[in-house]
Amino acid sequence: MTRKFWVPAIILLLFFLFPFLISGERFSIHLMEKNQAPSFSHLFGTDWLGRDMFFRTWKALQLSIGIGLLTAILSTICSFFMSTLAMLNQPMDRIISWLVDLFLSLPHLVTLLLISFTLGGGMKGVVIGLVLTHWPSLTRILRAEMLQLQQTTYVQMSKKLGKGFWWRAWHHFVPHILPQMLVGITVIFPHAILHEASITFLGFGLSAEQPAIGIILSESMQYLSSGMWWLAFFPGFVLLIVIVLFQLTAKGLRNSLEKDYSYGQITRN
Amino acid sequence: MTRNLSIFVVKKIIRLLLLLLAVSFITYLLIRLSPIDPVQAYIGADMMKVSPEQRAAIEEYWGLNESFISQYVHWLASVITGDFGTSFIYRTPVLDVIADRFISSILLLAVAWLLSGVIGLLLGAVAAMKQGSKTDHFIRGYCYLLLSTPSFWLGLLLLMIFSVWLDWFPIGLSAPVGITTSEITIMDRLYHAILPAITLSIIGIANVCLHTREKMIDVLKQPYILQARANGLSGLALFKRHGLRNMILPAISVHFASFGELFGGAVLLEQVFSYPGLGKAIVDAGLNGDVPLLLGIVVISACFVFLGNFLADMFYSLVDPRIRREKGEAGL
Repeated sequence: MTRKFWVPAIILLLFFLFPFLISGERFSIHLMEKNQAPSFSHLFGTDWLGRDMFFRTWKALQLSIGIGLLTAILSTICSFFMSTLAMLNQPMDRIISWLVDLFLSLPHLVTLLLISFTLGGGMKGVVIGLVLTHWPSLTRILRAEMLQLQQTTYVQMSKKLGKGFWWRAWHHFVPHILPQMLVGITVIFPHAILHEASITFLGFGLSAEQPAIGIILSESMQYLSSGMWWLAFFPGFVLLIVIVLFQLTAKGLRNSLEKDYSYGQITRN
Repeated sequence: MTRNLSIFVVKKIIRLLLLLLAVSFITYLLIRLSPIDPVQAYIGADMMKVSPEQRAAIEEYWGLNESFISQYVHWLASVITGDFGTSFIYRTPVLDVIADRFISSILLLAVAWLLSGVIGLLLGAVAAMKQGSKTDHFIRGYCYLLLSTPSFWLGLLLLMIFSVWLDWFPIGLSAPVGITTSEITIMDRLYHAILPAITLSIIGIANVCLHTREKMIDVLKQPYILQARANGLSGLALFKRHGLRNMILPAISVHFASFGELFGGAVLLEQVFSYPGLGKAIVDAGLNGDVPLLLGIVVISACFVFLGNFLADMFYSLVDPRIRREKGEAGL
C-alpha cells in the first residue's frame, strides 16, 4: 500500500470521525443568529433557524459515509451470493442472469424510488433500495469470473475428488474473487452515496429530522431566490470532496492490488 | 438480409414484452405491499367525511377485495386496451398526463443527449490523440470530477448563478406564467428548457468522454495506425481517416445505452428546475400516492431504457457492414 492510498484514506477517516467530537449544542437552533452569511464564527453560514451549517453538514456527511459503506458492502456480498448461486446449475444461472437484466431494465433512480415508496421511506428503505439497485452490475462481472474459474483444472479436480459445491465455493472461489469484491466495494460506494443524496433530495429517502445532505439541499431550494447561496453551495461541495477523496483511495487500492496480482502471477510461472 | 433483420427485431420485441410483463408485475406487487391506502390517496383531505359504508362501496367498486393476482390481471387487461386508469392528482387519464409530460421531457432529453454526445466524443478523441499530455490529464480530471458531482447540486448552482444572480433564465416551469397552453410557442418551451438541458448534458459528458477515450486508445494501438503513421499521416488527417471511423461506432452505441442514466438525471433536474416533465410527474406521483400514474411512468421508463439498448444494438448492425455479415452468416 502506497502513500497514494493512505493519505486520502486517512483524511476520509478523519472526516468520518470528526462529527463525534461535535456536541449537539453546535448545530442546535439559535434564532438570534439566523440567515448569516459565512464568516469566521460560522464557516458555512447559518440557516433560517440559526443552525450552524458547518457542523450540520459534517453530521450529514458522517451519515452519508456510513450509509455508503454499509450499502456498498451489503450489495457486494449480495452479488457474491447471486453469482455463486448462478454457478450451481444451468437453470439457476438462467434465472440469475434474467434477474440482472430485469433490474437493469429500469433507471436506477426509478427502482430506488419504487422501493422507497414501498417501504415508506426512511433509512431502511434507502439501504434496501440501494442494495437492490447496485448488485446487478457487479454480479455480471463476478459471474463471468466464476465461469472461468469453474473451468480451471484445480476446481474440476476438486469436484472429481468429491468436494461439495459450497466447499468449492468457499475454498476456491472466495480467495480468488476477494480482490474483485474489494474493487467492487470501491466502485459502488460513490454511486451509493450519490444515489442516497438524490433520493433523499427528492423526498423519498431519509426523514426530514435527520441531518442528510439531500435534506439540507432540498431545504435550501426555498431560499435560493433570496440569495442565500451558502446553504446550497457548501454542503454539496463537501460531498463532492468526499467522493473525490474516495475515488483517489480506490485508485490507490486498485493499483496496489493489481501490482500484487501481477507479482503473484510472475512468481507462479 | 432484411429477413434476418426482421427476425432480430421480432426477437427483441418479444423480449421487451416479457421484460415489461415482469417489470409491471413486480412494480404492482411493490405498490401493493406499500403502506399507501389507495382509497385515502384518492379521496385526500375529505377522508373524514367518508363513512365506512361508502368506503366499503368504493373498495367493492375498485375490486380491492379481490385477490392480488386477479387485480393485476384486470389492470393488465385494461392496459393492453390502452387504458392506464385515471391519475389521482391530475384527475385526467394517465396516458394523457404521460403524453403531455413526455413532450416536455423529450425536448430536454434530446437536447442533452445530443449535446453531451457531441462534446463528449470530441473531448474523448482529443484526450486520446494527445494521450499522456497535459490536455489529456486535464480532460480526464474534469471527467472524474463530473462523475463525483451530485447532478442536482450542479443544477442548484447553475440555477443560482444564471437565474437568480444574472437573471438570464427563468426559475421554473416550461412556459411563462399567466398564458394559456395554446399561446405557448415552441420558443417559450425551448427557452425554459435551456438551463436544465445544459446541466443534464454537462453531467452526461463524463461517461461518453471516458468511453470514447478508451476506445480511441485501443484503436490507436492497431497496426494500421502504425502503418498510417509510417506513411506520414498525423494529427487531424490521421484522426479523420483512421481514428474516427473505427472509434465512432462503439462510442455512439455506449451513448445509446446510457438512456437509463439520462432519465435518472432528468428526474432530479426536473425537480430542481421545477420543469414539468415525466421526472417531476413520477416524483409527484410517488409523494402523493398516485398509484396509476406511478405504474404508468414506470412502464414508460422501462420502454425508454429498452429503446436505448435496442438502438445501440440496431445501430451496429445497420451501420457496420462487418457485423451485418457476421450476424447474417450465423443466422442471428
